[in-house]
Amino acid sequence: MSADGQHASVTFDRVSVDDVSRHFGRRRAVSRVTFTVARGQILGLLGPNGAGKSTLLAMLGTLLRPTSGSIRFGTRDVTTGDVALRALIGVLGHDLFLYPELTARENLSFFAALYGIADADGASRRALEQAGLIDRADDLVSSFSRGMRQRVALERALIHQPRLVLLDEPFTGLDDASTAALVARLKGLREDAAIVVLATHDLDLADGLLDEAVFLRDGRMVHSVARPDALRSTYRRVMTRSPMPSGAEGA
Amino acid sequence: MRAATVCALMFALSPLVIASADYESTMGLVQKIFYYHMPSAWMFLVSGLVCGVASVRFLITGDARHDRTAWAAAEMAVIFGLVTIVTGPLWARKAWGTFWIWDARTTSSLVQWMVAWAYLILRKYGGPGSEKLAAGLALFGTANVAFIYVSVNYWRTIHPPTSVVPKLPFTMGFPLWYCVAAFTLLFIVLLKLRVRLEEQRATLDSLYLSMDEQG
Amino acid sequence: MIRLAWLILRKDLTVEVRSGEIAYTTLFFAVTCVLVFAFALVREGKPPDDGAAGILWIAIAFAGNLALGRAFERERQAETLRALLLAPAPRPAVYLGKLLGIVVLLAATEAVLVPLIALLFQARLLAHPFWMAAILASGTLGFAAVGTLFAAMLVRARSRDVLLPVLLYPITVPVIIAGVRGTAALLQPEFEGDIVRFWFALLIAFDAVFVTLSLWTFESVMTD
Repeated sequence: MSADGQHASVTFDRVSVDDVSRHFGRRRAVSRVTFTVARGQILGLLGPNGAGKSTLLAMLGTLLRPTSGSIRFGTRDVTTGDVALRALIGVLGHDLFLYPELTARENLSFFAALYGIADADGASRRALEQAGLIDRADDLVSSFSRGMRQRVALERALIHQPRLVLLDEPFTGLDDASTAALVARLKGLREDAAIVVLATHDLDLADGLLDEAVFLRDGRMVHSVARPDALRSTYRRVMTRSPMPSGAEGA
Repeated sequence: MRAATVCALMFALSPLVIASADYESTMGLVQKIFYYHMPSAWMFLVSGLVCGVASVRFLITGDARHDRTAWAAAEMAVIFGLVTIVTGPLWARKAWGTFWIWDARTTSSLVQWMVAWAYLILRKYGGPGSEKLAAGLALFGTANVAFIYVSVNYWRTIHPPTSVVPKLPFTMGFPLWYCVAAFTLLFIVLLKLRVRLEEQRATLDSLYLSMDEQG
Repeated sequence: MIRLAWLILRKDLTVEVRSGEIAYTTLFFAVTCVLVFAFALVREGKPPDDGAAGILWIAIAFAGNLALGRAFERERQAETLRALLLAPAPRPAVYLGKLLGIVVLLAATEAVLVPLIALLFQARLLAHPFWMAAILASGTLGFAAVGTLFAAMLVRARSRDVLLPVLLYPITVPVIIAGVRGTAALLQPEFEGDIVRFWFALLIAFDAVFVTLSLWTFESVMTD
């Protein structure tokens, strides 16, 4: 029972976020955000802490329901109980989602089996080779450095070849080599026509990598631009002016 | 609110009505506590039931109205349970000489009352997202009623228990039903007030949020 | 779904065997509990009459509470519970896997507690091993079924350490009563089969109802 075989009926070529808001009591986490991202594109969610990036990613991952607005995968409205959709989503969280008491191989095999991949051990081995960690395969994850754990976590997120990849601050604490590897991997995903949504602080890295950028502040979308460059200056400019009227997109 | 006025009047008149009831032969004046004790016990049960049903509906539909009803009903359960648990021992002390008897009904009521307390503690200290949790607790508490009663019943004695509480023959007449009506009215009035309080709080929250979005 | 639950169970057991953190601390805590009871209740070398049954189940309840809290706290730290919820596994499978893990852990603890209590309190707990195991198994399952659901629900809540016992103990009153009375009946000099069977039946009914309820509501309760 492979992931593809079981859920072949669900396909989508874009993810649309339409006037989505989410609040917790009085705290507004996300307020009327709208964007679309298509296959083979990398979209960046940029903004300071508390801007709503993680909440938005949680909603895209079907873990949270928006309090208003809708999220659509192709023509399919997202609901939280949607098992078929979850099989097509890969998430690299800020806390990495790895069991420190298990080895790298065991972590990957477990998640591969969880996602319904028929040959879990084979997939795990291939993933380790891809990450360049095959000789550390049987070491406990707790003994890995941050960069190595990140590589394993990325492979874990991608092991079932998801159509939508969500990454929450993936560049945190990485050295140059690991960063370059990650960037290369993301470009590879773009070539494979996956949809990538990336939340990050790191504007220099995001420069040249993103196909679209959405700037968030206090849960609101203050700016969005296609094929952005000079992100840092745009960021500075955009974060200090008043928010744009909801629903409109600028360039 | 007219209902509140009627209710207040009924309670004001209740001592007169109770005084006019027959004196019960073995227990005398003290038995009159029963006219408050029994209706509040019934309201305690009703509140628990309302809370349970509202919680199930909330779990199924996710509609916040049911959650508000469940919370209000849980508070009612704690209040009426408190009245029952205070009036009960007062009566028991005078009637049978001890404050507490570990029989099936009193002990199960105590346990269910603690579940209602646990619900309120959860709502207060659980932080955001505790609505669903509380609904789950209420569901489990309601499903547990039969189990608690049976286990407590047979906990004391293994053989079919002879009733510890002696049968009380007295006229279940007008005073009792008068008080039941008064308490029912009280329950409804309080419930509606409490639910409305929560509704207004929710309206305030959404106004606050939408105002924030303009500017 | 069973396959997935088994997968999660195996993973939990592997993690536990490697680190041993929860198993050792729970076991140690349970033994300490029993010792405290011994000091409190044994007078002049003579333990109270039905004390052994009560002490066994109180130790299980306390140890179970501790184990549940720790098990889900660990999942919370690496956010691995989130990873489980993101996977295309049906939610009841996640619940079942976690539940079985807790049951295995408590069973291991009980395997040590029963002989220990039999020794310290001179109680013939092992006189009817089949029934003892049946009562322990059904009681532990009931306690763990409710506990797993509550502990999972509370992962995202504040004050979760204190709230778990507040929620858990009132609901598991029937389990404690049935467990203690059933065990006490086993300790009587003449074996009272009817009584043991009655309490066992109550425990089985409790398990059936509450495991089913938990499976139904796990999805609803874990999503926001």
